[in-house]
Amino acid sequence: MNTKIENKLTPVRIIAFIFVALWLVIAMFPFIWTLWGSFKVQADFFSKADWLNAIFGFHTEKQTGGFFTMDGYYGSWIEEEFWRAVINTSIVVFFTVLISLTFGTLGGYALARSTYRYAFWILMAGLIFRAMPHMTLISGYLQPFFAWNVWGILPTTIIVLVAINQPFTLWMLHSFFLNIPKDLDESAMCDGCNRFQAFRYVIIPIMWPGVITTGLFSFLLAYNDFTVTSMLLSDENETMIPAIASFLGTVQEEGKVMYAVAAVVSATAPLFFFVLFFQRQIVSGLTAGAVKG
Amino acid sequence: MKHSTFLLFSLPSLSVMFLFIAIPIVSVFIQSLHIEHKQVIIVTENCDPFGCETTTAVDTEASAKLKEKAPLGKFNGFKTYSNRMHFAFDEVGEAWKSSDSFTVFTKKLYNYPLYRALSFTLTYTFVVTPFVLFLGFLVAVGVNNLPKMFKGPTIFASLLPMIVTPLVGSLILFWMVDGDGVIGATLQKIFNDNSLSLKASPVLTWIMLMVYGIWHLMPFSFIVFYAGLQTVPQETIEAATIDGASKFQRIRHVVIPHLMPLAIFITLILLMDNFRVFEPIIGFRAEAHATSISWLIWNHLRESAYPLYNAAGATSMVTIFGVAILLLPVLIRTWRDFKEKNKG
Repeated sequence: MNTKIENKLTPVRIIAFIFVALWLVIAMFPFIWTLWGSFKVQADFFSKADWLNAIFGFHTEKQTGGFFTMDGYYGSWIEEEFWRAVINTSIVVFFTVLISLTFGTLGGYALARSTYRYAFWILMAGLIFRAMPHMTLISGYLQPFFAWNVWGILPTTIIVLVAINQPFTLWMLHSFFLNIPKDLDESAMCDGCNRFQAFRYVIIPIMWPGVITTGLFSFLLAYNDFTVTSMLLSDENETMIPAIASFLGTVQEEGKVMYAVAAVVSATAPLFFFVLFFQRQIVSGLTAGAVKG
Repeated sequence: MKHSTFLLFSLPSLSVMFLFIAIPIVSVFIQSLHIEHKQVIIVTENCDPFGCETTTAVDTEASAKLKEKAPLGKFNGFKTYSNRMHFAFDEVGEAWKSSDSFTVFTKKLYNYPLYRALSFTLTYTFVVTPFVLFLGFLVAVGVNNLPKMFKGPTIFASLLPMIVTPLVGSLILFWMVDGDGVIGATLQKIFNDNSLSLKASPVLTWIMLMVYGIWHLMPFSFIVFYAGLQTVPQETIEAATIDGASKFQRIRHVVIPHLMPLAIFITLILLMDNFRVFEPIIGFRAEAHATSISWLIWNHLRESAYPLYNAAGATSMVTIFGVAILLLPVLIRTWRDFKEKNKG
């Protein structure tokens, strides 16, 4: 009987359906439009005369002979050497996630198991650090980095991103380790393990779900960062997002906007698959901190 | 856990936070109290039969020496905070005296970069946050009323605007609302005005940036609220239904009180994230009409011929102060909870 009520078409349900459908169009349409348009020429994607041109590729067919063109992708990846930025991004993201998780796991575990008052204060400091706009820190980095001659290289950026990422990672893993019963590692310590052995043989084998969820958010932070990477990397070490930003300056003037469009689509595509594969973990990570309070 | 073990475990994490977050904040403050050395200038007078000529040249050696002696520059106290790039106390006092109405005064105030940036940042923060909360709640209730099969695809599609890089997201929207883009061109046709451009008008620029902000952050509040809705106790809902509560009353008196702690959590995160708004201004190229505090710091460091460290430092300190005010209620509450717990 319950199911019958649930499947009835009530006015409320129709309004809900329309509202959600409207949101879905608003959320998805820009992505679909840009993906489709990235395979067209500029006269079509930015068609003042008729937006149908962007769909049917009127000028694309005239200029290149085909319905689709890879010109934008060729121009950005090969001519403007976007592939370098892609490699740099991979390096930065990989090491940032790896180091963040290593530091965060150790620290989060210690904070979850410590009963002293300073653990609370460290978490509070973490909350304040989490709120700092990243740009405020940047102005403090530049002078020392120039003086020590470490500005512009990837390792500097990686360690800065790790540091900026730490407050969030610590909080997340701390609440995850709180959920693992204390008795587990304490019984191991009764059996003669010391704290490190208990961590190694009892905690590490069961911590992966929490670590993976935290890792996904570290990945996003490193991948999406513009503030740190645009200020701390030299031109040849640029990652994808600052590279796109510098495309806007140089490429736009030469009428090669499609290069930037192609680069934007290239930078979004990995995120699309990221959501596709990790949707469940992302949702659980977003709600983990919240639902518990 | 023993102090020594705690220290060993947390040392890497604490040291990176100390070195790259705590120390930079202190160094930014010190930086803001100093000002670049003036170049040492030598004035020489060359006299020849036709008269005397004075030439000025920069004494690079003496300048370098000065810089080496005090690399931070000359101590300047709080003067950077009060100059016209920041609080502009003198100019504001002057404007207050010479303006006959409050509107005129605010217009004059708007000429100074810090007040400009503050007005946009605060408006953005306090407009986007409630909209995101409200619309996210509506979508969550909407999805909750639909059959289960819609759930997965909706969440998938909703995650994209949130997860995409802010710069990339704003570019995608910018290309659509630009004069030649699909939305921009359609609007021009509807209003039959070929010069209509979202970029040209300050009001439209602000609205465009805020619409972007709502688009970008709404999925976050939607997903958290949706997860919260799954935990609403069904017995209470049923009891309310039996007592004759309408759907609206059930939401008003059962669901919303249950979701209140979540709403506070979302508000806190949104305030922190919106206050640092920066990338959309670059993506939409909106700096002519809308600047944020983060953008201002970036501009001090990047756009001039050499970085203005003192200006960037002072603006950063103002930003940190703003964040502290935003966080104060939360910190006071946590401190109270902590004290209560220790008492009991």
